[in-house]
Amino acid sequence: MILDRYFENAWAILGLKLGAILVLFLVAPIVVGYAEHKVLAHMQARLGPMEAGRFHGWAQLVADGVKFIQKEDIVPRAADRFVFTIAPVLVVVPVIMIFLVIPFGPGGWWGENMDLGLFYVMAISTVGVIGVLAAGWASANKFSLIGALRAAAQLIAYELPLVLAAAAVAMQAGSLSLVGIVEAQDHYWFVLPQIAGFALFVLASLAELSRPPFDMPVADSEIIFGHMTEYTGIKMAMFLLAEYAGVVALSGVATVMYLGGWHGFLVGWIPGPVWTFAKIGALAFFIIWLRATYPRMREDQLQKMAWKYMIPVALANILLTGVFKVVF
Amino acid sequence: MTPESRTITLPGEPGSAVAVTVAEGDLATREMTLNIGPQHPSTHGVLRVVITLDGERIHTAEPVIGYMHRGFEKLAEARDYRQIIALVNRHDWLSAFCNELGVAIAVERLMGLEVPERAQWIRMLLAEWNRVLNHLVFIGSYGLELGAITPVFYAFREREDIQEILEAATGGRLHFTFNRIGGLKDDLPKGFLRRSAELVRKVRNRLADYEGLLLGNQIFRKRTVGVGALPGNVAKDFGVSGPILQACGVAEDSRKTEPYLRYDQVEFDVPVGKNGDSFDRFWVLFRRMEESLRIIEQVHDRIPSGPVMPPKMPKTIKAPEGWIYQRTENPLGECGYYLVSRGDKTPWRLKMRTASFSNVSMIPYLLPGILVPDMIAVLGSVFFVVGDVDR
Repeated sequence: MILDRYFENAWAILGLKLGAILVLFLVAPIVVGYAEHKVLAHMQARLGPMEAGRFHGWAQLVADGVKFIQKEDIVPRAADRFVFTIAPVLVVVPVIMIFLVIPFGPGGWWGENMDLGLFYVMAISTVGVIGVLAAGWASANKFSLIGALRAAAQLIAYELPLVLAAAAVAMQAGSLSLVGIVEAQDHYWFVLPQIAGFALFVLASLAELSRPPFDMPVADSEIIFGHMTEYTGIKMAMFLLAEYAGVVALSGVATVMYLGGWHGFLVGWIPGPVWTFAKIGALAFFIIWLRATYPRMREDQLQKMAWKYMIPVALANILLTGVFKVVF
Repeated sequence: MTPESRTITLPGEPGSAVAVTVAEGDLATREMTLNIGPQHPSTHGVLRVVITLDGERIHTAEPVIGYMHRGFEKLAEARDYRQIIALVNRHDWLSAFCNELGVAIAVERLMGLEVPERAQWIRMLLAEWNRVLNHLVFIGSYGLELGAITPVFYAFREREDIQEILEAATGGRLHFTFNRIGGLKDDLPKGFLRRSAELVRKVRNRLADYEGLLLGNQIFRKRTVGVGALPGNVAKDFGVSGPILQACGVAEDSRKTEPYLRYDQVEFDVPVGKNGDSFDRFWVLFRRMEESLRIIEQVHDRIPSGPVMPPKMPKTIKAPEGWIYQRTENPLGECGYYLVSRGDKTPWRLKMRTASFSNVSMIPYLLPGILVPDMIAVLGSVFFVVGDVDR
């Protein structure tokens, strides 16, 4: 542990780690959000933000944040005030809690190394849906309600493939600890034997994040903005923060599970955390790229895809992994 | 199972409590009325559709129109014919040139005016560019409605190029007002045909982008094939025209069936679909654009020289007593002007038959029974401009 060398007090270490994770939680979504602005813009034959911060609009999202804080905080008269207010928090907190367990580098570059890390991630990542459902129901808006119910329905579709894909990784690594999973990828990354699982995990993550092509819960051309329709100001910003932080968090989990975490290749002198962040960045880029390319699917099409194709493939993947594990 | 009466209240709707009868063990549910529009991202302006929903399935749908009624027909009775040209390019703002064309031809035919040959060909050239301009908007925005956010930017990139050359010729971007009774305001500017020919090549090359992003896309196909299928005979009953009718397999196009300008002298095909579903409608729009480019190329080769206005025009244009119905193939379908004159400077009555109005009237037929996402896929593919619906 790096920090152990400098700090005696366990509480100081814990405080520093939590502080670092909070900073990461606030900075990473801004970086990804800015990247989305620019990447989408260039894919769409435009420039994107160019003014804020002078150089290629790098401060656009900072400016957006300041703007959100200034906006009037409107609660619809018919809304359930308490639930309406608590919902954004319910969406944001689980994402921070995923950040806690992602190992970014060897030797203590993580918040907490849990023995049940993977299980914990899977469990905590579903909590956000409760916030979405609460937001949709409390908004007293029919569009919000439809959006929230779509999000809940979507949960049924993606959760099983997500967990089944993760189960295969846990079997392969022989560990549920995220640090243990990275360490098990010393010789080769799990994306090689688990290529099907990787595809499933990324697809299911997209559905979990409500990112295109699975952005039915917020489908802006159909139901305005889903559960976020009635939100303004800082509460709206919290939803958006949760979305982009979610992209980073699930990219991080996918990196740890499939892309070897902090393990690099060819060049040995690049430190582990740089590798981790580079891989997270690559996955986030991929997610943004999909948004530029694909139309939106329909809720029932996602269900069909999940139950007819993704879950059978995930089960077969587990079976193969088991056979592989026993034979070799 | 004994029926049991329960009272339910919709969330957030004080006073919405109703008593419903439900079977034992069933949930007490009732249909939800949802207003799509007049302020909604996918209704292209202020169309309002009131739908009743069971879950996400639509039971009934009723378009409510008139939010954009501007009384063009009545206004036209107080404008002289030159002013009417500036008036009619406003009802369907995406096909301004084609609108003016209809009125100009109607008045010319009523007066028995001989329009110079060059003016006829230039009109055809600009009308076809206007058609491409219009179709690009719908191709781009249809992608947007299905969640593909990129094609719309490409479409508007091409549109900008086309607008530039149209601006060079007419001076206008939206309301060209380039037609005059008897011909055109001006001849084409120098080098227009060369620029136009270059642009045809450019646009044609870039159509491949849309083809890949939309027509060839697996998700796009899943979202549109078989959605909102319309049988040809029903379409005819509703008075549907243009790309939507052609998608139903009916090869009806006023440019072919009742040629005006010089459409009988150029070669082009009328694309027809098979099922009349959203995909076919979109596909037809795409093919129509290619056919328009084909017509434009032929015009480039065959455009004669000469004047663009008849040598002698009266100071005030008065249509002789009588009536006329002139139909033109507008980008969105058949646009007809029924003009009744009593020999004055102004028409006694100018009835507009606009394509969007008939297209929108089909909504109550198409929407019931489908899901909310499909509703967007259908609404986006019946191609309407709200100004053209309400006039």
